[in-house]
Amino acid sequence: MNIPAELKYTASHEWVRVEADGSITVGITDHAQDLLGDLVFVELPEVGKELAAAQETCVVESVKAAADVYAPVAGTVTAINEAVVDAPESVNQDAYAAWLFKLAPANAADLAGLLDAAGYKAAVDAA
Amino acid sequence: MPGIRFTLFLETALEDACKGLIMLKTTVLNAAHRALGARMVDFGGWDMPVNYGSQIEEHHAVRRDCGMFDVSHMCAVDAVGPGVKTFLLRLIANNVGKLKTPGKALYSAMLNEAGGVVDDLIVYYLSDSHYRIVINAGTADKDLDWMAARLGEWQLDVTLTPLRMGPKAVGMIAVQGPKAKAKVWEVLPEAKAATENLGPFFGVQVGQLFIATTGYTGEDGFEITVPAGKAEALWNALLEVGVKPCGLGARDTLRLEAGMNLYGQDMDETVSPLDAGLAWTVDLKSERDFVGKAALLAHGQKWQFLGLKLLDKGVLRAHQKVTTAQGEGEITSGSFSPTLEVSVALARLPLGVAIGDTVQVDIRGKLLNALVTKPVFARHGKGLI
Repeated sequence: MNIPAELKYTASHEWVRVEADGSITVGITDHAQDLLGDLVFVELPEVGKELAAAQETCVVESVKAAADVYAPVAGTVTAINEAVVDAPESVNQDAYAAWLFKLAPANAADLAGLLDAAGYKAAVDAA
Repeated sequence: MPGIRFTLFLETALEDACKGLIMLKTTVLNAAHRALGARMVDFGGWDMPVNYGSQIEEHHAVRRDCGMFDVSHMCAVDAVGPGVKTFLLRLIANNVGKLKTPGKALYSAMLNEAGGVVDDLIVYYLSDSHYRIVINAGTADKDLDWMAARLGEWQLDVTLTPLRMGPKAVGMIAVQGPKAKAKVWEVLPEAKAATENLGPFFGVQVGQLFIATTGYTGEDGFEITVPAGKAEALWNALLEVGVKPCGLGARDTLRLEAGMNLYGQDMDETVSPLDAGLAWTVDLKSERDFVGKAALLAHGQKWQFLGLKLLDKGVLRAHQKVTTAQGEGEITSGSFSPTLEVSVALARLPLGVAIGDTVQVDIRGKLLNALVTKPVFARHGKGLI
């Protein structure tokens, strides 16, 4: 299972990279893309949208399944990756390169509640 | 899974049938699937491969080259005895009396008294006292009970033998695609003479194998019934000549593109075959009476079964509501079409809706535009809409 040590995670299979400016970049994990299979559709949130923690933010759909992607923490959407809308398969090819959206967290302290790589692996193994 | 909400559309049809089951049933090829690294799922109580990697690549292999599926979970039943023709004439909505050449197959359905579909099936005529019926995996037990009850009611001398257990147990492998027949002949040269001139929807016994020109993909190919003990060797021989193993995921998108119904999604015991696009395989013209005929004649057709092509971005799925000028309808099967690279669906729509109409599909609260099409999207390697 590919779980990069430098990223943070949620139990709902989002990965989170904390950027130098305090914003976060969010995608779905390699494990999530593997479960879903070939992705064929990604629906991203609108820039400027305010999200509560764990709120449904966008949808990824594979040939066989649909999955909601949740906000890892509360915040405001600051950017979306339009490239994955045109090439959903890029998430299958490299889930950690094909980010979905960036968020300005409402409260930087919330990031402490995210899982580290070991914590995420334990959550997956327990499922 | 915690958190993320997975809705596995493939399994929803039959998952109710297997709730409470402790052990999943396995086909004779289970170890072969695991050796290939297949992702396995619970399909109607069977532990089956959904894919061996990329479902889309498996789909394209069948449209462009050749792929194979383990369909051993389906249930072949030999129906033998002096009363068998009378039995099937009354049991099945299409007329088995039309089958006069040994090996000829017929697709049809068994109905209940209300005209709902108990199951769809293929019946092969082998002789006047021997037919073979192939029924769905998840409905097999129910179907066998249904057939046994009708036999008792009608007092006919017929023995039903499911080819599942014991010395008669079989495996079934569907080899499909433009190169399927050539690949099968490469592995089974002794079968070529008997099968190269076989018309569509025919089966023939070749030694221990029963080889039929049937399938569920819209491509050329064979479905091969093989003694259970020899199934894995045949599977491996096909692998060696380059036939790509394909899972139930690709099987579902291939049959959807080909406009073929899936039991439990496109029709079930509450749906008339006339409302599920199956009127072509119901014989209402002959004098023959069959279970459900009176109900079909009394109720007629209430819905049209048509295709949808999504014009906006998204993925059509079963149970999404369709709004038309004539009223509301419902998608029965929907997915992404790898051949057309758009989302397509089969849908039950109000009478009066016409091919070429634009309708709206409710996807997570948004109304997206879809084009009404024929309920066939791709066959023989080509898109048809």
